[in-house]
Amino acid sequence: MTTPYDPFDLRELHDPDIPLPEGFEANFAATSLSRVYNWARSRSTWPVLFGLACCAIEMIAAAGSRYDISRFGMEVMRATPRQADLLILSGTVTKKMVVPIVRIWNQMPEPKYAIAMGACASGGGPFKEGYNVVSGIDKYIPVDVYVPGCPPTPQALLHGFLMLHKKMEGQRIGQRNSMPWYSRGPADEVPIPVLGPDIIDPRQAEILRQQAEAAARVAE
Amino acid sequence: MTDQPKQIVANPSQEALEALARFGDAVQLDERTNFDGLVVDRDQLTDVAQAVRDELGYDYLASATAVDYLDWGDHLEMVYHCYRTTGGDPLVLKSRTPRDVSTLPSVVSVWPGADFQEREAYDLFGIHFTGHPNLKRILMWEGFEGHPMRKDWKETYYEDEHKPFGTRWPEGNVTRAEEHTPFGRNVRYPEGFTLAQAYDVSEEDHYEGLNLGVHIEGGMHTDRLVVNLGPHHPSTHGVFRMVCTLNGETVETLEPVMGYLHRNHEKIGERNTWPMNMPFTDRLDYISSMGNNHGYALAVENLMAKNSIKGFTQPSERAEILRVMMVELTRLISHTWSIGFLLNDLGAFFTPALYAIWERELILDFFEATAGSRMMCNYMRFGGVSKDIPTRLRSQVNLENDIVRDYDTMQFLKQLIYERLPRFLDEFNRLLTQNEIVVTRTQGVGILPADKAIGYSVAGPILRGSGVPYDIRRAQPYSLYPELDFDIPVGRNGDVYDRYLVRLEESRQSLRILQQIYPRLVDTAGMSVFGLDAYNPRMGEGGDSYGRVENPKGELGYYIIGRPGKEFDQNPWRYHVRSPSFINLTALEEMSKGHKVADLVVILGSIDIVLGEVDR
Repeated sequence: MTTPYDPFDLRELHDPDIPLPEGFEANFAATSLSRVYNWARSRSTWPVLFGLACCAIEMIAAAGSRYDISRFGMEVMRATPRQADLLILSGTVTKKMVVPIVRIWNQMPEPKYAIAMGACASGGGPFKEGYNVVSGIDKYIPVDVYVPGCPPTPQALLHGFLMLHKKMEGQRIGQRNSMPWYSRGPADEVPIPVLGPDIIDPRQAEILRQQAEAAARVAE
Repeated sequence: MTDQPKQIVANPSQEALEALARFGDAVQLDERTNFDGLVVDRDQLTDVAQAVRDELGYDYLASATAVDYLDWGDHLEMVYHCYRTTGGDPLVLKSRTPRDVSTLPSVVSVWPGADFQEREAYDLFGIHFTGHPNLKRILMWEGFEGHPMRKDWKETYYEDEHKPFGTRWPEGNVTRAEEHTPFGRNVRYPEGFTLAQAYDVSEEDHYEGLNLGVHIEGGMHTDRLVVNLGPHHPSTHGVFRMVCTLNGETVETLEPVMGYLHRNHEKIGERNTWPMNMPFTDRLDYISSMGNNHGYALAVENLMAKNSIKGFTQPSERAEILRVMMVELTRLISHTWSIGFLLNDLGAFFTPALYAIWERELILDFFEATAGSRMMCNYMRFGGVSKDIPTRLRSQVNLENDIVRDYDTMQFLKQLIYERLPRFLDEFNRLLTQNEIVVTRTQGVGILPADKAIGYSVAGPILRGSGVPYDIRRAQPYSLYPELDFDIPVGRNGDVYDRYLVRLEESRQSLRILQQIYPRLVDTAGMSVFGLDAYNPRMGEGGDSYGRVENPKGELGYYIIGRPGKEFDQNPWRYHVRSPSFINLTALEEMSKGHKVADLVVILGSIDIVLGEVDR
């Protein structure tokens, strides 16, 4: 028996739906391109070197020798988003900070993933009521995995990584509807928020217009 | 040890009163019950400040903050806490201005350290400081509507003036705050506002007056270059941004831009009840949460002593021992972490930091077993601590099958304090102190002379690195520190290398304290550590209090005000954090000018900022 993490074990790559003659399991793999592709990229997911708040300290601890994310092929933290696959939002997202975050997200090449680490990035956390705090980064960019905790322990973050790997392995190259990056054409960028009297998401222009009209009607 | 609650003396001394008598009615005692300090007429504020600094010797402005007295005098007040760097009690100055047209003279000319603090008061309270060299918003962005810390400014998710909110307790009707706003988000716009009116002016003022596009005198035809370092940058100091103009590779001007992690501690803190703020203090300087707890506990305990809260006693001896032990362990974490990441900034990416992180893990195991959380310990309470240390140390999340982390607590501590940590510090010292690259890159870089360090109100290892022996544990002792034997290391040149040496030596002194604490911990086993009766105090008489501790980053102070009356007694009327990282940054430009860009990151690393505390 080989361990499931043996890098040379072809059983990991083999599609269980396809039968193989007995005795060939360790030497042959009948598989799909998606499976090989996902196997490769889920084991070399490079995060952006990007910390926001308290959770960033636990993220660094997860990169330290005790928890060691290099076991998952993730130790290469890139300081530039253009070389990274994963954005870990490790901390409170403020209105002032969400503008650079959206820019960083738009600069990342596809396929890309986001992890909301901790209570603040997931939904505002203990600071939700604050006037400068965004109630969760998923109001602006799509989040793949939410890791609860304040801050989550490094173990919890590692669990989040494993969940992300699972998600990656479930995706197929042909799924053009659900995986926008496999379709033709340029990537959909998230519009950059504007710092006006309060933070403005250009996608909410319609609600803004309705509100202004309603206010005008009341004034009449 | 007495059980009588101690009070921090903040009344002006007779000497101060006599020296300021010539100002006549412009300087008066604050007559309200439980309030300390002198109320100074705003027209005379700079003169009085000058006299306080030059004649009375209060050369160190620790904290300057604003208070909004809506419906309680209807004025805004600036509160200045002045200290002597030779130690002793503070002199508190207060100056008032009407709420509608609020102006005060700036004291930046007297104490340059007031710079950022006055900008903060302008940003959050809307006080205009005449004579301030660079009065613009600091935490919020230019163009933001309103001054959020004013009492009549209500946030979008506003529910009630004070916690516990009527909807939540006792009925427990909780709704999602997003459902109450048409946008489903934490946003609000002026009436009739549309996207067409949106214009982002938040960036413009950063680039004003930088003399861009001007030909620089000298041999080659060159131009100034603006470089934005941050808010996302690979040096590990969080979302901090520096707008620098470079001439070649030399830094000409530098403007720190902050507020990217401004998460409204103070506004939330003024809605919270007194004990509710304890877990929020953890998240200020998130590397040293125990120290933050201690400062807040001291501030509130002082106010409780003023209010003569029934059943409130000074923490028991064991509680004080536990507090000091936790704080010193935190100091070790913070300093070793800081040294490890200073090396990161020098280019030795991550390997030295791994050493620091590993020792931190061991201390965090102890914190986790005691307080229940690795980082956000929420450990101290008013009049004690929340729990005694457990008999066996093991991971709370994995009580079964965790043989790796199952030790006898006292044995673990003994080994940690007497063997493991001293050995680690020796190793750090051996690897780094004489290291040629460390020495050449840090000596003579980022020099801050002693007089400027005091003027800029910098604190902690930076102040001591500049040769000023000022440590609150000795200057205005609190808790067990008068009984403990330890030295205050100081530097000589005030450069990055001296700050590194001060941090290393302070870690050693922390170990010395821990080695004195350990036998007392053994002796006091079984003693109560709780202050149960005083867990949720009601400050019926109100008053103000400033509690400060020597945190790893410097002086951490909490200025709190309780408003008299049954309606207000559960909540702080004002909750201000004097954060050392924030004020230490005032000196950043001074230290960086004329150095190369690569040194800039090192200088920032030597200040050791934590953004949770800078922006609050």
